[in-house]
Amino acid sequence: MSEFLQQLLNGLSLGAIYALIALGYTMVYGVLRFINFAHADVFMVGSFIGYYAGKLVPEGTLWGGFSVLLAAMLGCALLGMSIERLAYRPLRGSPTLNVLITAIGVSLLLEYSGQVFFGAAPRTFPPIFPSQNFQFGSLTLSSNQIAVIVVAALLMLALQFIVHRTKIGTAMRAVSLNPRAAQLVGINNDVVISFTFGLGSALAGAGGILYAMNYPSIDPLMGVMPGLKAFVAAILGGIGNIRGAALGGLLLGTVETFVSGSQWSTYKDAIAFGILIIILLFRPAGLLGKFTVEKV
Amino acid sequence: MSRTSHSAGARLARGLFTLFATLAFSVTSRGAEPIKFGEIESMTGKEAAFGQSAHKGIVLAVEEINAKGGLLGRPVVIVLQDNQSRAGESATIAKKLASRDKVAVVLSGAISSNCNEAGPVLQNAKVPFIATTATDASVTGAGNYVFRNCFVDEFQGAVMARFARENLKLRRVALLTSASAIASVNLSKIYRKTFTALGGEIPVEQKYSEGDKDFRAQLTAIKASGAEGLFVPGYYTEAALVCRQARDLGLNIPIFGTDGWEAPELVAIGGKAVEGTYYSTHYTSENTAPQVVAFVKKFRARFSGEVPDSMAPLAYDAALIAAAAITRAGTTDGPKVRAAIAATRDFPGITGRTTIDAHRNASKDAVIVTVRGGQIKYVTTVTAIEP
Repeated sequence: MSEFLQQLLNGLSLGAIYALIALGYTMVYGVLRFINFAHADVFMVGSFIGYYAGKLVPEGTLWGGFSVLLAAMLGCALLGMSIERLAYRPLRGSPTLNVLITAIGVSLLLEYSGQVFFGAAPRTFPPIFPSQNFQFGSLTLSSNQIAVIVVAALLMLALQFIVHRTKIGTAMRAVSLNPRAAQLVGINNDVVISFTFGLGSALAGAGGILYAMNYPSIDPLMGVMPGLKAFVAAILGGIGNIRGAALGGLLLGTVETFVSGSQWSTYKDAIAFGILIIILLFRPAGLLGKFTVEKV
Repeated sequence: MSRTSHSAGARLARGLFTLFATLAFSVTSRGAEPIKFGEIESMTGKEAAFGQSAHKGIVLAVEEINAKGGLLGRPVVIVLQDNQSRAGESATIAKKLASRDKVAVVLSGAISSNCNEAGPVLQNAKVPFIATTATDASVTGAGNYVFRNCFVDEFQGAVMARFARENLKLRRVALLTSASAIASVNLSKIYRKTFTALGGEIPVEQKYSEGDKDFRAQLTAIKASGAEGLFVPGYYTEAALVCRQARDLGLNIPIFGTDGWEAPELVAIGGKAVEGTYYSTHYTSENTAPQVVAFVKKFRARFSGEVPDSMAPLAYDAALIAAAAITRAGTTDGPKVRAAIAATRDFPGITGRTTIDAHRNASKDAVIVTVRGGQIKYVTTVTAIEP
């Protein structure tokens, strides 16, 4: 039983990171109907910003940790907004496939310029937050794991608030529902899309810091695998649906952890992706997605 | 003389000197085409520490050879290629080294899986190949052009099983194997065989893949199995993360590994979590034998005070073994150099006297070290069993 609970905790802390990245995929899909493949590399840049910013603040302090987190989120928001401005906006109105291929191009650009600027060897991420282990009976929780779950939950609540309770959030939902109608009622689509990219990228930046805190070896290609998993999580929960992305991330992280802890650990990715296929067979729009007939 | 004209004069003199030096060099190099040593290293990526260290050893060896007038009256140059620690790159690089660069020999400090890609290519091209730290038995199976300058995992796995059973007095040891690295899979197999023969027990074997970063699930299962120790025959990037996450989960049992752990990054990434862990390796710079002391001194003088780990002296020895073979063969012709390397007997290396046996392996002693206060400290030496 205690092993089960421990694995559940491990799974939730891994899933919370997937969820944070998945939110960015899902939000961009919601407003623009395309998958921003460069998102996983924004996540990578987030942890490198944390790496350099972490050298400027004293190690293991709360204010230091939060200022690094904030720096990474701001840096990534700027990066995400400039990617949108430079690479995607000129293609607005062209077929989705063009934008999709551009996104793959931007992703490769970030990965390999990362290898030039940061070097290809793995770096050790500094311990920016104070770390401690907590013991609950036979259950062990590290402060990093708690931080991941708490920060991820707070950010998701904040996102929920922004999307449903603020003016810009309402505008986002309007653009997502029907861009042309949104424009007719006076919404500036460019501003809303730019904001969406900024918000999604900031979450990826936070994800990058949380990931690096738990797995303190970072390199320019580190985004590839978590990015792929988060993408799967977004589809699993129903792409375009914010709550779905969070649910998908947690589910995927938990399944992966339980498989890793069993005798079939080498099949963990195969089983995780197999579940995706099965769910999509029965619910093509994902767990929380609504299946809509394409308007002609 | 004014200051400006003085410096102008100095510049002219320096320019003339450079000109003459260039001329002199081009004369000798026209007379003697350099001998090329091909080198396949993981200079970047996950195993970059191995490549960086091995390359320094080879640079030091080649600089010494050239200072003594080169080989067969010709200077030696290194053709370095980076496999980025990625599967599939080493075969391509080996092809390029053999066909385009026409190197005399190839040296590589890369891991066994990578050397297994390069081996068959170089065997077909009849280019002698010395793997400096690839310990898996399969590496030299590629053919008679493939050699190694280190012990094999049959020996290393047994050494660690014996150490855990007899020195650490452990009875139940769990295994955490990298399923995608051939050396790791075989080490676990040999460890299991030896450890159970000594009356030990393996309660659980968990697996991961190269590049994984989350081991909490496997470690939680290991903790639940009631193991008294954990053997992790993987590479340093993963090993350091394994130790950290094990300590985070409150799994405070002895953790030990093999030569794949040897890199400064083990302590850099692992921090306090790797304190008190053990691993087997090829050499320690704490050895007080005169040739080791001299080597450490030379190495530190050349590479700004850095203390060599075992990858550097193994690569250094391998470069000198290749050089000695070319001298004895009197040519850079592949088959003749191959025969000369195969005939290496009692070569006085930094990592011990080296004899290449019939299976093209070098039998060498293993050293067990531990991490104490962030430093690598010598524990014991296990002598090679003579074949």
